[in-house]
Amino acid sequence: MSARNRTQPIAGTFAWLAALLMFFPIFWMFLASFKTEVEAIATPPELIFTPTLENYRDILQRADYLSFALNSVIVSFGSTVLAVLLAVPAAFGMAFYPTERTRGTLLWMLSTKMLPPVGVLVPIYLFARDVDLLDTRTSLVIIYTLMNLPIVVWMLFTFFKETPKAIIEASRIDGANVSQTIFSVLLPLVLPGIASTALLNIILAWNEAFWSLNLTAHNAAPLTAFIASFSAPEGLFWAKLSAASTMAIAPILVFGWISQRQLVRGLTFGAVK
Amino acid sequence: MRMRHLLCGAALLALSAGAASAATITIATVNNSDMIRMQKLSPQWEQKTGNKINWVVLEENVLRQRVTTDIATKGGQFDILTIGSYETPIWGKQNWLLPLDDFPASYDYNDIFKGVRDALSTGGKLYAVPFYAESSFTFYRKDEFEKAGLKMPDHPTYDQIAQFADKLTDKAHEKYGICLRGKAGWGENMAFLDTAVNAFGGRWFDMKWNPQLTSPEWKKAVTFYVDLMHRDGPPGATSNGFNENLALFTTGHCAMWIDATVAAGMVYDKSKSQVADVTGFTAAPKEVTDHGNGWFWSWALAVPSSSKNAKAAKDFLAWATSKDYVKTVGETDGWTVAPPGTRQSTYANPEYLKAAPFAETVKNAILSADITHPTKDPVPYTGIQYVAIPEFQAMGTQVGQLISAALAGQMSVDEALKQAQASVKSTMEQAGYIQ
Repeated sequence: MSARNRTQPIAGTFAWLAALLMFFPIFWMFLASFKTEVEAIATPPELIFTPTLENYRDILQRADYLSFALNSVIVSFGSTVLAVLLAVPAAFGMAFYPTERTRGTLLWMLSTKMLPPVGVLVPIYLFARDVDLLDTRTSLVIIYTLMNLPIVVWMLFTFFKETPKAIIEASRIDGANVSQTIFSVLLPLVLPGIASTALLNIILAWNEAFWSLNLTAHNAAPLTAFIASFSAPEGLFWAKLSAASTMAIAPILVFGWISQRQLVRGLTFGAVK
Repeated sequence: MRMRHLLCGAALLALSAGAASAATITIATVNNSDMIRMQKLSPQWEQKTGNKINWVVLEENVLRQRVTTDIATKGGQFDILTIGSYETPIWGKQNWLLPLDDFPASYDYNDIFKGVRDALSTGGKLYAVPFYAESSFTFYRKDEFEKAGLKMPDHPTYDQIAQFADKLTDKAHEKYGICLRGKAGWGENMAFLDTAVNAFGGRWFDMKWNPQLTSPEWKKAVTFYVDLMHRDGPPGATSNGFNENLALFTTGHCAMWIDATVAAGMVYDKSKSQVADVTGFTAAPKEVTDHGNGWFWSWALAVPSSSKNAKAAKDFLAWATSKDYVKTVGETDGWTVAPPGTRQSTYANPEYLKAAPFAETVKNAILSADITHPTKDPVPYTGIQYVAIPEFQAMGTQVGQLISAALAGQMSVDEALKQAQASVKSTMEQAGYIQ
C-alpha cells in the first residue's frame, strides 16, 4: 500500500467531518422549522418529535414570500452580470498588459472592502434619497456591484493569469482585435473560472443583509429582510425564524447543488497544471 | 342611450375621485403578537377607506436603527413608525414627529391612561399614540410556594424574594428559585437592573447630571443581583433575555420571574405554557422605596414629519388605537389578547376582566409607574428603566455589558461599577451635561 493510498482514507474522513460540521447548523435549522415553538427551545433538545408544517403555513399567511424571493433573484443576478461585465476588461488589462501600477491598483481595489459599511451608511442613504433610489432594486444592484467588484476583479485576474500568454499573442498575430481576443479566445478558455466567480458573487449578494435592510422598505426588500421580520423581541420565535431561514436559503442551496460541478471546476482551475 | 353615457361618466368620475384620494402608507413595526394581530385586522381599515398598507416588519434593534437613519435624514420611507416611550419625547422635541392631537372627538383622548399620555408627550403635545403599555411585576409558581409552605406577599421586598429563592432552588433537578435577565443591553438586563437600583434607593444621576454608579445604593443593588443569580439562578444567565426566561418559566424551570407584565398573556396561554394553571403574580419587589420598582414601557405609533401621506397615516392611527379596535380584537381573537395597559375602557369591560385574571394587577402596576418621579431622591430626568436622553442607549448598553461581565465572574461588582462610572462620566462630559 503506497503512502498516498494510506493517507487517502484519513483525508477523506477529515473532509467528511468538516463537511458535516459545516452542514450541522443548517440541518438543525431545518429540523427546528418542523417543530413547535416550545419544542424548538426545549432543553435538552428534542430529536424525536411530530413534525408540523404550522410554521410554514403561518409564514406564508403573513408575508409575500414570492415578492421577497423575486427581489433577491433580480438583485443578486443583476449585480453579478454587471460586476462580471465591468471586471472582465479590467482583469484582462491587468493580467495581459500589466504596468508598474497594476499591483498597487489591485491592492487599492481590495482596500475598499476593509471599510465597515456602516461608516458610509449616511452619505449613501442621503445620495439614494436625493436621486430617488431608496427602496428600489436599482440601488441594491448598484451597491452590490460596487461592493463585490474587487473580489470579482481579483478572481478573474487570477484565472486570466493562469492562461498562457502565448495563446493571446497568437490570436493577435492571427489578426484578432481586443474584443475578439477576449470573447472568442480567452473567455471560452476561462469559462469555468468565470462561472465560479459569478456563482460566488450571486451567493454573496443573496446573503448580504446590511444594505438590503437599510436601503429598502417594502418594494425592493429581498429575502434577508424577510428573515429579519420573523425575529421577535417578545415571545417565542425560533421555529418560525428557522422556517423563514430555510425558505430563504432553499433557492440558493438548490442553485448551488445544480451548479456545484462548475463551481468546483472553476475553483480548481489551473491547480493541476 | 344618453342616460347610460351620463351614468357611465358619473361612475368613472366617482372611481377616479376615489383613486385620487386613496393612499398607500408604509408602516414600520416590530414582530410581536400584538403588532401581527394589527397587521391581520388592518384589511378592515383598508376596505373602509380604500387606502392600502405596506408593512415593513423588523426585529426591534434593526427597526430602531433603520427608522433612526430614515427619520434623521428625512428619507420619507415610512408613514407610520412603531416607537417606544423612550424615543417619543426625544424625537418629538427634535420635530421629527407630527403632533397627534387632532383626532376626531370619538377617539376620546381622556380614555387613555394619563401616565401613558404623559410618557408619549413633550412640550404638552402628544407625539405618539399607545398601542399597548406594560409595567413589570413578579410571576411565581403557586404550587411550588404551597409545597414549601411559603406565602407570597402583595408587595414583596427584594430580601423576601431572596429568602424564597433560596428555599425553592433545587439545581440537581434544574429548578431555579429565580430567573432574571442577564443578557447585556439597555432594554435587556438594564431594564430590570434599573428598577432594582431604584428600589434600593439609587439613581443614574444627581440633579447636576453627575453619574451615581459607584454610590452605595448601586453597589448594594448590583451585588444583591449578582449574588442572588449565582446562588439561585439558572446557568448561563448572561445569555438570558426576555425570551429565554419566558421559555425557562413556561417549561417549569423557574419558581419566580420578575419581568414585563405583557408576558402574563403568554404564561397563561395553555397551548404554549406548561405552568398556565399554577402561576400567580404580584407587584414588582421594593426595598427601601417603591419609587420606580416597576418599569413603564409603551409601544406606540407615530407619524414622522417626513411622511408623504400624513392624513391617511393619522386616520389609520385613530382606527388602530381606538376603543373600537380593542373591542374588535376581543371579539375576534379573544379578550385575553386585547391590547393591554392603554385605555380605561378596556379595564371597565367585564368581558376583559373575566378573561384576563391578571388585568387588575397589570393596571395597578402601570398606574403606579410614574416616569416623572422614578427614584427616591430627585433626578433631572424622566424614565424608570431608562433615562430619556439620546445618549442613554449607548451608555445603558455599555453599563449592561459590564454588569453582565460581573455576573459571568469576569470582574468584581466594584470593578464593573468603577468602569461604568468612568465611562458614563466621560460621555456626559463630552455631551455637555457636565461643565
